[in-house]
Amino acid sequence: MEQAILQTVALTKSFDASPPVLKNITFSIKKGEVVVVIGPSGCGKSTFLRCLNLLEPIDSGEILLDGKEISSDKKNIHKYREKIGMVFQSYDLFPHKTVLENVMLAPVLVQKKKKEEVKKEAEALLDRVGLLEKKGMYPRQLSGGQKQRVAIVRTLMMHPEVLLLDEITAALDPEMVREVLQVVLELAREGMTMVIVTHEMDFAKAVADRVIFLDKGEIVEEETPQEFFNYPKTERAKKFLNTFHFEALEI
Amino acid sequence: MQDSGIQVLFDGINFFRLLEGLWASIRIAFTSMLFSVVLGLFLGMVMTGKNKAIRFVCRVYLEVVRIMPQLVLLFLVYFGAAKHFGIDISGEMAAVLVFTFWGTAEMGDLVRSALISIPKHQYESGYSLGFSKIQLYLHIILPQTFRRLLPSAVSLLTRMVKTTSLVVLIGVVEVVKVGKQIIDASRFENPKAAIWVYGAIFLLYFAVCYPISKLSTVLEKRLKD
Repeated sequence: MEQAILQTVALTKSFDASPPVLKNITFSIKKGEVVVVIGPSGCGKSTFLRCLNLLEPIDSGEILLDGKEISSDKKNIHKYREKIGMVFQSYDLFPHKTVLENVMLAPVLVQKKKKEEVKKEAEALLDRVGLLEKKGMYPRQLSGGQKQRVAIVRTLMMHPEVLLLDEITAALDPEMVREVLQVVLELAREGMTMVIVTHEMDFAKAVADRVIFLDKGEIVEEETPQEFFNYPKTERAKKFLNTFHFEALEI
Repeated sequence: MQDSGIQVLFDGINFFRLLEGLWASIRIAFTSMLFSVVLGLFLGMVMTGKNKAIRFVCRVYLEVVRIMPQLVLLFLVYFGAAKHFGIDISGEMAAVLVFTFWGTAEMGDLVRSALISIPKHQYESGYSLGFSKIQLYLHIILPQTFRRLLPSAVSLLTRMVKTTSLVVLIGVVEVVKVGKQIIDASRFENPKAAIWVYGAIFLLYFAVCYPISKLSTVLEKRLKD
């Protein structure tokens, strides 16, 4: 069996004294796999991704990267984060830097790569997402969709082993969602390993190798997208999927 | 024609002496500001830290500085230090000490509020790209803080320039003191000297403070891009 890139074992996480937002999550993702995490809001999806990227301390359990426990190793935390790229909902480009500077900063600074090489790669990647001509602009001159594409490129520049996408289209106007998801679909086709949290069900169907349905901090179902969307097994999953069908509403 | 008294400014080296006095004011204000910016930057970062005890101490420091009039601080340092610790420091040194003590507190609070005004996601996207804390602050957080800080820091500097007029009271000869000396010296031959001398001092303060605040507007616009 192929080895998992990223794994969690019995991960539990709570904020302060309130009941845990993540209970006993055991999860793993193999190289080249795309896992979509869906569930009602407040179910812990985003917290789960943030835990994977070590942005949130966990209460108990383990997080393993390439088979190595990483959640308790605070000293090398930025080394692990280099390998686990993350894109956020609010596309936080650095506002005082141009598009090109934004995507070049981390490889030059953190990975100490040569500027010329990084620049070449940055331009190639920007070209691929259709934003090469925007390279000299500042984030505030871009649309939401463009910013989010730059944010994806910025993360890809670090050559992460896994990419975590946290509701990256949730803050976008509807007409910009597609251009961003298109980029993600292409990445999936190229074999990028990704954990995606999204509310776009059609996109989830198209991109996922596996769907995880999270509710109240627990993994309720874990299925192929065909199985999950067509024949959900649990009441909770059925109820959740129904909220996306307007004809199911009683008017 | 009636004598207006304006010639007092041009008698002998009077005007040059006023400029010399102004230079003393500027020296005190700018030296203090320099220290305040450096120390305030650290203080501000410490104040956003997690340690509650340290935050409390900083808070007390800030409140003390805000409640105490600068004049009292000047007296405390200049006379108090000499009397109780036998430390004999010059008036100018005492002034720089007090102004730095004051300025660091104010700068610290400005830096703190600028730091917390930067969205949490800026920190997180930095960290998720593998930045260390130092890299994050140096390249992402501080440059953004700087821009937010500029207007209030400049206003602090101009306040400092103006507050230097207090140091007359601990015997530092700065622009106001020189003015008084000139007025006193020409009391009999030119009774109207006061209005001209103080008028000139007014304009001198303006000449120092106006370019500073102008510069901040220019820098602010420049830094936007």
